[in-house]
Amino acid sequence: MVHRTPRRITIVGASIAGLRAAESLRRRGYDGALTLVGEEAITAYQRPALSKSYLTGDRQASDLVLPRQDLDADLRLSTRAVQLDTAARQVWLREDDGPPYPQPYDGLLIACGTRARRLPGGDLAGVHTLRTVADADALRADLRTGGPRVAIIGGGFIGQEVAATARGLGLDTTLIDPLPVPGARALGLRTGQVLAGLHTDHGTRLRMGCGVTGVEGGDRVTGVRLSDGGLVPADVVVVGIGVEPAADWLAGSGVLLDNGVRCRGNLAAYGAPGIAAAGDIACWDHPRLGRPVRIEHWENAVRQADTAAGTLLDGVSAPAYDTTTMFWSNLYDSRVQVVGHPGPDDTLEIVEGDPKTRRFVGIYRNDTGGPTGVLLFNMAHRLADYRGTGLDEGLPSSLAS
Amino acid sequence: MKITVNTDVCIGAAMCTGLSPQVFTLDEEGIVSLRETNPPEELRARIEQAVGFCPVAAIKIQD
Ligand SMILES: Cc1cc2nc3c(=O)[nH]c(=O)nc-3n(C[C@H](O)[C@H](O)[C@H](O)COP(=O)(O)OP(=O)(O)OC[C@H]3O[C@@H](n4cnc5c(N)ncnc54)[C@H](O)[C@@H]3O)c2cc1C
Ligand code: SF4
Repeated sequence: MVHRTPRRITIVGASIAGLRAAESLRRRGYDGALTLVGEEAITAYQRPALSKSYLTGDRQASDLVLPRQDLDADLRLSTRAVQLDTAARQVWLREDDGPPYPQPYDGLLIACGTRARRLPGGDLAGVHTLRTVADADALRADLRTGGPRVAIIGGGFIGQEVAATARGLGLDTTLIDPLPVPGARALGLRTGQVLAGLHTDHGTRLRMGCGVTGVEGGDRVTGVRLSDGGLVPADVVVVGIGVEPAADWLAGSGVLLDNGVRCRGNLAAYGAPGIAAAGDIACWDHPRLGRPVRIEHWENAVRQADTAAGTLLDGVSAPAYDTTTMFWSNLYDSRVQVVGHPGPDDTLEIVEGDPKTRRFVGIYRNDTGGPTGVLLFNMAHRLADYRGTGLDEGLPSSLAS
Repeated sequence: MKITVNTDVCIGAAMCTGLSPQVFTLDEEGIVSLRETNPPEELRARIEQAVGFCPVAAIKIQD
């Protein structure tokens, strides 16, 4: 099939991937119609700040909004895509509680990200998830009322950051996870031990190796019930048990869904023509790793947006996305950065500094000894050396044995 | 060309330092700082790329 350059592009999701894709389309010379649809009431903002400075400071939602270039785009906020008809090439949109209406497209970019997973039976007052600025506003209000005891379910990075922030506010804070140390699911046990020390030194109580059976309370939450029968009393509970792709509106559309929108190497969606995906929602055939990968990090969303925009304009012949990106987290006074895609079972080899001082660089290696990622713990000034220079970074060639 | 960086939002992604090490550097904390606040015009293309790639839009060119 001959690829025809689209003239009517719709982007679903007006967060970082959606905004950067729109900018990239214009930069690449696309001058057709451009519609940017977003469920939230504001355009792309610094989502990573929600679990960090935003919870402690006095900033407003509008302070987080990223500056944007003039896109000559039709911006539809507070508007959700509710259904996709790939045969008719229409996406059905709905503004707030208004009636659904069809929006025709010849190019569709899916950038609708992920949603926070909820705890079954956890809809009591005082129980929070954290994904949007509206979530953060609600949590911030609760954290600032009456010095609450805080329990956090899930020791991933969002849970750990909320714990650090709550401790920074002087609150009694407990972090709960079924694994033996925090952060282990992403970064393995050795790094998790360093993180555990960081939390306990700052006065956060750890309840590791504990599953959660539910939350307790009447009108408001009063505690978290653990699988060993124990109870963590709490006035505020934050559920940080991961995210799931926001792909419900794509069900039955023909777009292939499996851990997000399944994409070719160049981020073109499988299952229907004229569609590409970028950011947290995209699960693409990773050209180097040889398996489908989905990444839930900011820089990945920025980079994929550009590739997906190119793919929409140039068709499936566009080049594959093969960028090694970075992820970061701020915890208390520490900054953790990870380049690449280490797995939890990879071994960490310390190459600089000392984990005891929490200033070190480690290289993750898989079972064949191949490097999979670099961890910088309070070593941000060395990042540029480890990620190479310019936009072709990957693991430095000296490590890519 | 005059440039500014917002160190409050910089997350040390080191995109700018990779693209234009003559202009951007990271301090001990890993936060961006400027080697040059008035870089020469021939560096403009790289700096504009850095503006576009900075994940938190911390870099501004004020002509
Ligand atoms: C609290 C928090 C802290 C984080 N900290 C870090 C960090 O320190 N470092 C890091 O690298 N990453 C961090 N992340 C992850 C990072 O924010 C995400 O990887 C990034 O936002 C992904 O961008 P995206 O545009 O793909 O998706 P999202 O930012 O999730 O945006 C998707 C947008 O689409 C909208 N949407 C969803 N469904 C529809 C629909 N049907 N119709 C219309 N619109 C829809 C959503 O409302 C949302 O606005 C953090 C995330 C959170 C929640
Ligand atoms: S690219 Fe942006 S976030 Fe990264 S170091 Fe430079 S200014 Fe900071």
